[in-house]
Amino acid sequence: MPSVLIPTPLRKLTNDLDLVQADGATIAEVFANLEKAFPGIQERICDDKGCIRRFVNVFVNGEDVRFLEETATPVHSNDEISIVPAIAGG
Amino acid sequence: MENSFFSNLKCRECGKLYPKQAIHVCDFDFGPLEAVYDYEAIRGKLTRQLIESRPQSMWRYRELLPIDGEPTVGRQVGFTPLVKADRLAKALGIRELYIKNDTVNYPTLSFKDRVVSVALSRARELGFEVVACASTGNLANSVAANAASAGLKSYVLIPADLEQGKVLGSLVYGTQVVAIHGAYDQVNRLCSEIAGKYGWGFVNVNLRPYYAEGSKTMGFEIAEQLGWRLPQHTVIPMASGSLLTKIHKAYKEFIDLGLVEKTPFSVHGAQATGCSPISTSLKRGSDLVKPVAKPQTIAKSLAIGTPADGYYAIHSMNQTGGSADDCSDEEIIEGIRLLAEHEGIFAETAGGVTVGCAKKLIASGKIPADSSAVLCITGNGLKTQEALLNQCGAPRVINPSLREFEDQIYQPDLAAAF
Repeated sequence: MPSVLIPTPLRKLTNDLDLVQADGATIAEVFANLEKAFPGIQERICDDKGCIRRFVNVFVNGEDVRFLEETATPVHSNDEISIVPAIAGG
Repeated sequence: MENSFFSNLKCRECGKLYPKQAIHVCDFDFGPLEAVYDYEAIRGKLTRQLIESRPQSMWRYRELLPIDGEPTVGRQVGFTPLVKADRLAKALGIRELYIKNDTVNYPTLSFKDRVVSVALSRARELGFEVVACASTGNLANSVAANAASAGLKSYVLIPADLEQGKVLGSLVYGTQVVAIHGAYDQVNRLCSEIAGKYGWGFVNVNLRPYYAEGSKTMGFEIAEQLGWRLPQHTVIPMASGSLLTKIHKAYKEFIDLGLVEKTPFSVHGAQATGCSPISTSLKRGSDLVKPVAKPQTIAKSLAIGTPADGYYAIHSMNQTGGSADDCSDEEIIEGIRLLAEHEGIFAETAGGVTVGCAKKLIASGKIPADSSAVLCITGNGLKTQEALLNQCGAPRVINPSLREFEDQIYQPDLAAAF
């Protein structure tokens, strides 16, 4: 089952877990299953059209899903998914 | 605290208020948190005379910076020269031009000392003992130096392919330099994960609301140094886009507080063609910033493919009638040389981007030839010397002989003919 790294702002919804498992063959499916386990989490990551919110970045094994197939990006059982808020800097 | 007008953090998206802690995004929509102030209380207190009576550092605008007590880190930072650049103005074809010269900012020769001064002063107030950052170089140098002087332990995380000057410029301060195989955006992701796990103060992650406000001081200083007025045009380099939004905010705050007259101003953004997600979106007429997977530019300090403040930077440019452009590596080098040869200022590659883009914006009329502009030059050329290798010629080598000098270097008869 893919593992999902949960950022600090979402840990109130995951009982403070920073790493959770969620099944699914695509990012969208993983998010839907996350929602079942931790109600309310999906709308925090995605807007009402199901698109990943502007200030959220989602990575599969370190690769930004915006360069892959967004929420249709396929995931496999050993994959690591990171949810990361946008960061400034330079 | 009696001295502070800084009241809360607030989500830029939904407006939800948060306490002044080490947090940087809204719990609900991940929108960035921003410092808010009691402007009503500041309005009566902060006057031109009061500011002018204070020491020449960025802390003369203390009421508009987000700390509770007095600054404890970087008290000498800022108030860099605003240089009237008549020779460069002529070369670029504009009536009046100024250089805001942060190549000589104290102590690490880039505008990042402004943001770090605020972030680390706040880090101390919040009780952090370890501070850290993700950086394309300049921020790492500044965190390392300012943490050393404040007695804080520091870690700086950088992409492994940075310029030597920027790597050494961190190592010398005794910081822990961690070089990551990967681009800046991957360094940033790791930092976010480390910040979530350990109780460190990451200046550009959980201390970002404090850090970001430090950039406003560049805008405050420009307005004061112009004689308490706003420039018609300001050209600003964009990496994450934060500096541009904060200079815009600085000008608006000065207008709101009655410190300058409300005159029209435009903020323009400059990027390198090899990493231009913000200028590309703006030119397309969109505010959706498409990230760049693999930035390719000699302007490594601007090589952020996923710019966190790109969306807001586009809105700042649109709201002020500004524009954006980008320039190639060759144009960056030309920009560095134009600035050096006309004004005697040696900027890093990001400065070449600013000059190169300003040249294009003036040529295209987006910055009219009969107007006045300020170019924000944010870092020192001594840190990115590799970019100029074999680009400026080489010294001519002779023996210590007057005859060789006259044979090979200088012929008085020929010189007299000119």
